[in-house]
Amino acid sequence: MPTWIQLVFLACGVCFILALKGLSGPKTARNGNLLGAVAAVVACLMPFFWTDLHLKHVPLIIAAIVVGTVGGVYGAQKVQMTQMPQMVALFNGVGGGAAALVALLELQEHVSADTHENWFIWAATAFTVVIGATSFAGSAVTFAKLQDLMTSRPVVFPGLRYVFGITLGAAVVVSVRLVIAPSVWLAVVLGLIGLFFGLLLVLPVGGADVPIVISLLNAFTGLTVAAGGYVLSNVLLLIGGTLVGASGTFLTLLMAGAMGRSVTNILFGALKGGSTLGAGEASDRPVRSVTPEDAAIMLGYADRVIIVPGYGLAVAQAQHTLRELVDVLVDKGIEVDYAIHPVAGRMPGHMNVLLAEAQVPYEQLREMDQINGDFKDTDVVLVVGANDVVNPAAKTTPGAPIYGMPILNADEARQVIFMKRSMRPGFAGIENELLFDEKTALLFGDAKDSMGKLLNAVKAL
Amino acid sequence: MSEPIVWLTIFVLSVFVGIEVISKVSSTLHTPLMSGANAIHGIILLGAILVTGTTDNGVAVAVGLVAIVLAAVNMVGGFVVTDRMLQMFVRKKPVKKDESTGGAA
Repeated sequence: MPTWIQLVFLACGVCFILALKGLSGPKTARNGNLLGAVAAVVACLMPFFWTDLHLKHVPLIIAAIVVGTVGGVYGAQKVQMTQMPQMVALFNGVGGGAAALVALLELQEHVSADTHENWFIWAATAFTVVIGATSFAGSAVTFAKLQDLMTSRPVVFPGLRYVFGITLGAAVVVSVRLVIAPSVWLAVVLGLIGLFFGLLLVLPVGGADVPIVISLLNAFTGLTVAAGGYVLSNVLLLIGGTLVGASGTFLTLLMAGAMGRSVTNILFGALKGGSTLGAGEASDRPVRSVTPEDAAIMLGYADRVIIVPGYGLAVAQAQHTLRELVDVLVDKGIEVDYAIHPVAGRMPGHMNVLLAEAQVPYEQLREMDQINGDFKDTDVVLVVGANDVVNPAAKTTPGAPIYGMPILNADEARQVIFMKRSMRPGFAGIENELLFDEKTALLFGDAKDSMGKLLNAVKAL
Repeated sequence: MSEPIVWLTIFVLSVFVGIEVISKVSSTLHTPLMSGANAIHGIILLGAILVTGTTDNGVAVAVGLVAIVLAAVNMVGGFVVTDRMLQMFVRKKPVKKDESTGGAA
């Protein structure tokens, strides 16, 4: 490889580091992302300028790049912000699949040329193939769960843990065989095992934990790409992949911490028999239901209001109406904030994206730690399309699936208004005691519809 | 230093850099960060181009082209969708209301 191309790759590696650094601050995020994109594009142009390589099939390669680019841009432009988690899962999965195929092809080259590489190369190849395939299949299941193509409840069957163990064992045995005697068909078998393993890994994960799995699979793909970089002797793939693998793993632990769960518990909880989902049944205990006009009076004469938005808000596309309502309340001199649970929405930080889309000012969004002390001095908490993040069972019921998850202390406020479509439990599938509390009022109906009525009623006060 | 050790060194150092650069991220940015990191591992596109362009085996070329399409979706789609999200965060500040009186600007 010419020195100048190696230097370009080094520069691109530095740009990736700066891109991640930028992405972790609100002011620098957009430029960070653009820097990463430029570096990636420049790096991918290098093979075309690397004359000694004598790159073949150039028209076909360019055509494939165009197809992928058009597909990627189309998907990225069309996706709704509510569907962001499954989009990330999808992009991640195809990346993992691509890495597995690349390692497979490189292996085929080595085998057909009968080159004698050291065993590290074969081990890295085996790793890339099996984990890349795992990431691909796992992401596909994640996508299906989030897109409601299949149930979001854990899929378990008797003997799952044995199947899991056998698959894992088979992956290890085949990998060892591959290192001793490399062959393409062994790698293909390994890829198939990886695909099956991906299914087994994600199927038993309950709906509420799927976002953590997306992050974990993202880290997997990063490590896959890093190993692929070693296989291809390409330092940029190694750096880029490792950066993503390391930061992705760290981010996964951070998110799991925000939910009060451990990653092993999320992944293997269902294997041990303890499901992450509750019964999912609606109870017929009495609740206090109110009209939009009643709710408007509660809000209109409060001094301090906190909004707890959830995924249901975004699904109903009611966030714009909610922002109008908050504007009206603020004009009345009421202090209003949004309390954002770290895992509100379907992915950590998802709610911030959804509210930013509705042009809610950044300053009104308060993180859980900042606002949790304010609830006891709050007159009305308006919970829109959220449930699990205000469920006191997380504090009081040791057996509950969400026990230990930090929640927003809505139960400490003087009054709580829940806007709900039905009495169905939240994503975690467990009943919320707060709904039956005497200070709680329920406003039933589609969030957008109810929110419109509430807005008009507040305006009429 | 033998070859594998050089690679291992780069790997280990990259792990620390990867953790260090994002260690102070606020939970607000978790989704865009995940999506942006996701796009960065789309750099496998470079690998896909290299393996496809250096083989003569017909089946290998076909598989390589599939890998290129997948990797390009990952890389390009990832960066575009991240930018779309971040655009919303840095949108022009709404007209600030006078905080002391609460009156409209």
